Amino acid sequence: MTAVTLPLETTRAPGRLRLTSYAAWQLLLWIPTLVAVVFMVLGGTLAIAWLGIGLLLWVVPMMRWLAGRHRAMAAQTLGVPVPAEYRPVPEGTHLVGRVMVWALDPMTWRELAWALVSVTLGLLLSMIAVLLFVCVVTGALWWFGIEPIMRARARLDCLFLSYGRTERLEQRVADLTQSRAHVVDHSAAELRRLERDLHDGAQARLVALSMSLGMADEAFDTDPERARRLVSEARSTTTAALGDLRSVVRGIHPPVLADRGLTGGVEALALDLPLPVEVEARLEGRPPAPVESALYFGIAECLANVGKHAGAEHAWVRIRHRDGVLRAIVGDDGRGGADPATGSGMLGVMRRLAAFDGTMSVSSPAGGPTIITLEVPCDLSSPKTTPSSEPD
Amino acid sequence: MRLVLAEDNALLRAGLSTLLESHGFSILHAVDHAADLDAALADPAAEAAVLDVRMPPTFTDEGLRAAITARAARPGFPVMVLSQYVESLYARELLASGTGAVGYLLKDRVADVAEFAEGVRRVAAGGTVLDPEVVATVLARRREEPLDRLTAREREVLGLMAEGRSNAAIAQRLSVTEKAVSKHINAIFTKLDLPVDEDDHRRVRAVLAWLRV
Repeated sequence: MTAVTLPLETTRAPGRLRLTSYAAWQLLLWIPTLVAVVFMVLGGTLAIAWLGIGLLLWVVPMMRWLAGRHRAMAAQTLGVPVPAEYRPVPEGTHLVGRVMVWALDPMTWRELAWALVSVTLGLLLSMIAVLLFVCVVTGALWWFGIEPIMRARARLDCLFLSYGRTERLEQRVADLTQSRAHVVDHSAAELRRLERDLHDGAQARLVALSMSLGMADEAFDTDPERARRLVSEARSTTTAALGDLRSVVRGIHPPVLADRGLTGGVEALALDLPLPVEVEARLEGRPPAPVESALYFGIAECLANVGKHAGAEHAWVRIRHRDGVLRAIVGDDGRGGADPATGSGMLGVMRRLAAFDGTMSVSSPAGGPTIITLEVPCDLSSPKTTPSSEPD
Repeated sequence: MRLVLAEDNALLRAGLSTLLESHGFSILHAVDHAADLDAALADPAAEAAVLDVRMPPTFTDEGLRAAITARAARPGFPVMVLSQYVESLYARELLASGTGAVGYLLKDRVADVAEFAEGVRRVAAGGTVLDPEVVATVLARRREEPLDRLTAREREVLGLMAEGRSNAAIAQRLSVTEKAVSKHINAIFTKLDLPVDEDDHRRVRAVLAWLRV
């Protein structure tokens, strides 16, 4: 939901001189920060009369840059990442819309509050740090004091510039409530579909079967020829019922997925498609069964769409597990223009993945190619043997 | 002919034993677990095997793996694999495990007792028998060359060949003369660039080309 940019990678704790240089930087950034505060308040006030919009378009990014510098320094000082969590601005948003998104982003207001504190209390802390160093006589104080002072300053910045535990948890609860509702809806719909499939398919055929057999039972003595015909009819009904059951089972959990895992399952999907699909999967183990299933059905939906709509000559699927994220990329060289918002199947995939904190992103410019990325954070279990790795 | 039979469901195992024995096969070993299967397949007296794909301990694809392992140890060992469902992927793996002498059928097909027994016999004789469902899936794909060179009728004939049918059976199914069928088959061989040799091998190779093994 939120764009997360991590600051400079956190290495070991910076030394005293480095901390002092941070303080010096913060002093240098004091003037721009003050300017940003003044112009932001001014721009906000004038925004009613349109005039302020132009000012805001310029000052908000400046404020974000300043906040970003302080985030990076705080992250280094404290040795923890301080992510900048802004609401994403949808692509193609016009200028006024952009200002609206900024205005509704709590982080913008947090940064304004931070700037006010930074130009006062923050300034005080940084100034003490620098002065202790510059006045040589206070060297001992600097030696012992610089770290606590700079840590205090970093904590102060963090307090405003990153969301607290409570807000994070609130956001998480909101996300989970939403995805749980989708999962419940989804599974209820699935159960209804299964009930219908069984009712209209196998069940109806079994009724017909028992009818045929009942009639054959009656006809055995009087009309053996008719009885024979009824029995052979019963046999073909049995075959059809088995076929129905097979297709229901495939919809619940495809046997090949159970046998061979995601790689084999997707290879089997690819084989049955009317166009050549190149499958490249490198997995060290198997993801948890529900994740595997969600991803399989996601890929199946994407490939089915390729077959139906894309008019593609070629398609490919790449599956990788890296940094705790299982990622499947489905691409084709078709005509593009796929819009996930219009297809109910795609929405279903998104919801299915959301239950595991997974995401789906679609890149499909008109004229193609279409590239769909499905991502689910998960761990892989220890490798299972596959037929090719099985020793003789 | 002495068979190894592997099926974990006792009812089906007994049924298959009876069925096969009544059609002139003798059951050398009837096993219900993958662990016993390997030993049974290693028996040099076994002439062919009828295997279920799913078996204990993991209930995944033990039967298929055992079939492939057995065929690696004894090239050309005839294996008929039965399953509740068929996958083109598994058909391809079976076909890739050696030339001919493989069958892959839905368990449902056992209902047609005579044809099933005939299928086992054809596999034992080195032929290939694929389930019509696999054949239908493959036919539904838009294939690229060299199969594009085949006419619709020739593809139909190739599909029936993959099901393991003889020229006479294909002729009957398509309501044409046997001579017409062999003409189609020769056209298929030519278009797929299959060199002249013993007829049965060419049939198998045509099927392999068709499954893109």
